[in-house]
Amino acid sequence: MRALMILLEKEFRQVFRNPAILRMMFVMPAVQLLIMPLAADYEVKNVKICVVDYDHSSYSQKLIHKITSTDYFTLVDYTDSYEKAITYVEHDEADLVLQIPYSFEANLVREDGVTLFLAINAINGVKANLGGAYLRSIISDFNNEMRLEWIQLPRQNPQPMIDIASINWFNPLMNYRYFMVPGILVILVTMVGAFLSALNIVKEKEIGTIEQINVTPIRKYQFILGKLIPFWVLGLVILTIGLLISWIAYGIVPVGNVLTIYIFAGVYLISILGLGLLTSTLAHTQQQAMLLSFFMMMVFILLGGLYTSIDSMPMWAQIFTKFNPVSYFIEVMRMVVLKGSSLYDIRTHLFKVLLFGLVLNGLAVWSYRKRN
Amino acid sequence: MNVISVKDLTKRFGNFTAVDRITFEVEQGEIFGFLGANGAGKTTAMRMLCGLSMPTSGEATVAGYDLYKHAEKIKKNIGYMSQKFSLYEDLTIRENIRFYGGIYGLNDGSIKSKTDHLVATLKLEDKVNTLVKSLPLGWKQKLSFSVAMIHDPKIVFLDEPTGGVDPITRREFWTMIFEAAHRGTTVFVTTHYMDEAEYCNRVSIMVDGQVEALGSPEVLKTKYEAKDMGEVFLKLARKAKRGDD
Repeated sequence: MRALMILLEKEFRQVFRNPAILRMMFVMPAVQLLIMPLAADYEVKNVKICVVDYDHSSYSQKLIHKITSTDYFTLVDYTDSYEKAITYVEHDEADLVLQIPYSFEANLVREDGVTLFLAINAINGVKANLGGAYLRSIISDFNNEMRLEWIQLPRQNPQPMIDIASINWFNPLMNYRYFMVPGILVILVTMVGAFLSALNIVKEKEIGTIEQINVTPIRKYQFILGKLIPFWVLGLVILTIGLLISWIAYGIVPVGNVLTIYIFAGVYLISILGLGLLTSTLAHTQQQAMLLSFFMMMVFILLGGLYTSIDSMPMWAQIFTKFNPVSYFIEVMRMVVLKGSSLYDIRTHLFKVLLFGLVLNGLAVWSYRKRN
Repeated sequence: MNVISVKDLTKRFGNFTAVDRITFEVEQGEIFGFLGANGAGKTTAMRMLCGLSMPTSGEATVAGYDLYKHAEKIKKNIGYMSQKFSLYEDLTIRENIRFYGGIYGLNDGSIKSKTDHLVATLKLEDKVNTLVKSLPLGWKQKLSFSVAMIHDPKIVFLDEPTGGVDPITRREFWTMIFEAAHRGTTVFVTTHYMDEAEYCNRVSIMVDGQVEALGSPEVLKTKYEAKDMGEVFLKLARKAKRGDD
């Protein structure tokens, strides 16, 4: 017990004497939480559209006006040459080309139907998809308006219509920040925990102090605990700073109990730090440890469900996420912050992450060799 | 009484035999010099005896404990000062002493009295709260030695403790070694300085992983008809086939 206290005393001294760690503790949460949510925006605005109008009729004018009056689209050019429009796409100046055919109005009036042509720049997949979808819904709106204008509505609508009214549970205004910020907070706690712990033991290997520790009768588990606890505390401090920032900057107050978040975070940090310490016992240099944990974090974060929904991943990736502690924390964070889930609701998440923690730390103790 | 006894101790790294069936004994209170050219296997042998490196074969007991079965019990009874400076540079002198003392199970009271005594002998009273990184090398080495001795070990292993240190500090360092030996601590020391070899009670000279010669400096000088230890060393070390590594 005393050896552990002595180790902790030394680790905390070293942390507080390291200005880089202290600066990172405050600057990283602030930068990530204040700047990243602004950029990590799912809504697509300012889709650049180029209209090729071969018709020049009042209906085509109406349609164009309807499209450009929303703030989703900005009109790049209004032209009567498809070749010219495509050059805009080639130079990445336009995302969409809408081609209105010759006799658009005439066919609409006379033959009750007309085909519009839509060319989408699919280099940015998300923008292409959403932009195309917006445009389709605007055109179908336009279509309905036309119909209303022409047909004197009888008592009973000859064409039955299904109208959908929806309500967004847990995030009524679909504010993506409520959805992203808790996830970014998870990434923050994960990165700080994983990198600091991964670099720590291997740093002692590089400067040679580990030899001096290894000739003492210290127990392996004491040594690992002595490394784990300081970063565990740091992780929770960063979580607190992050929660404060998301409250002050975005007004996000968890619907559920904050204590639930802390309990889960406490268990989660044990598993992430275990992974970091395992990396640190296996690596020989800080460079190796850094690259290895960078690789792992990349995979864990990209397959963690922050940016893309796990449900839409292929099967093998979904199976992988079952072994990814990051995905559990992101889910729990969103459940507690948005839905108000209780400790009982997240119990399976908690047990799984606890299991990861025990296994990873067990491996770290096992792979740390005092004698080689 | 023997505090270290080694029989046929061997360490192989793949095809390379770093230490090849070495056999020797060290008595309590002795200053035992461990000589050899670079790459002769001195450090590897010492690391095995400290429980830092697992021997490939052979037997050894250190401080009365078996090297294979009771490595952790050995560690309570030995001090080690590695070739590489290994105190924490971002901690002060006082904090380093407190850390290592605490790891060896010393209580606060004895840590305090040890610290006071130690800084007084090293004349570092006014530096006790400065970071170790700001100390000159000679002071660092003396401090390392004192820290390796913090728990009054039966045996202290010193791996080239005076490398790169000025002659005055080397002299002071050896005074500290004599004092430790006088108090009954066995000193196991590797060195490249042949004048230091003369200070040892007994000396072993390693060539290509094997112990080529073992005895007191006087005995060795007579045996190899040399005027000093430097000549003894050169006569033996010239036979080495291994290069400098």
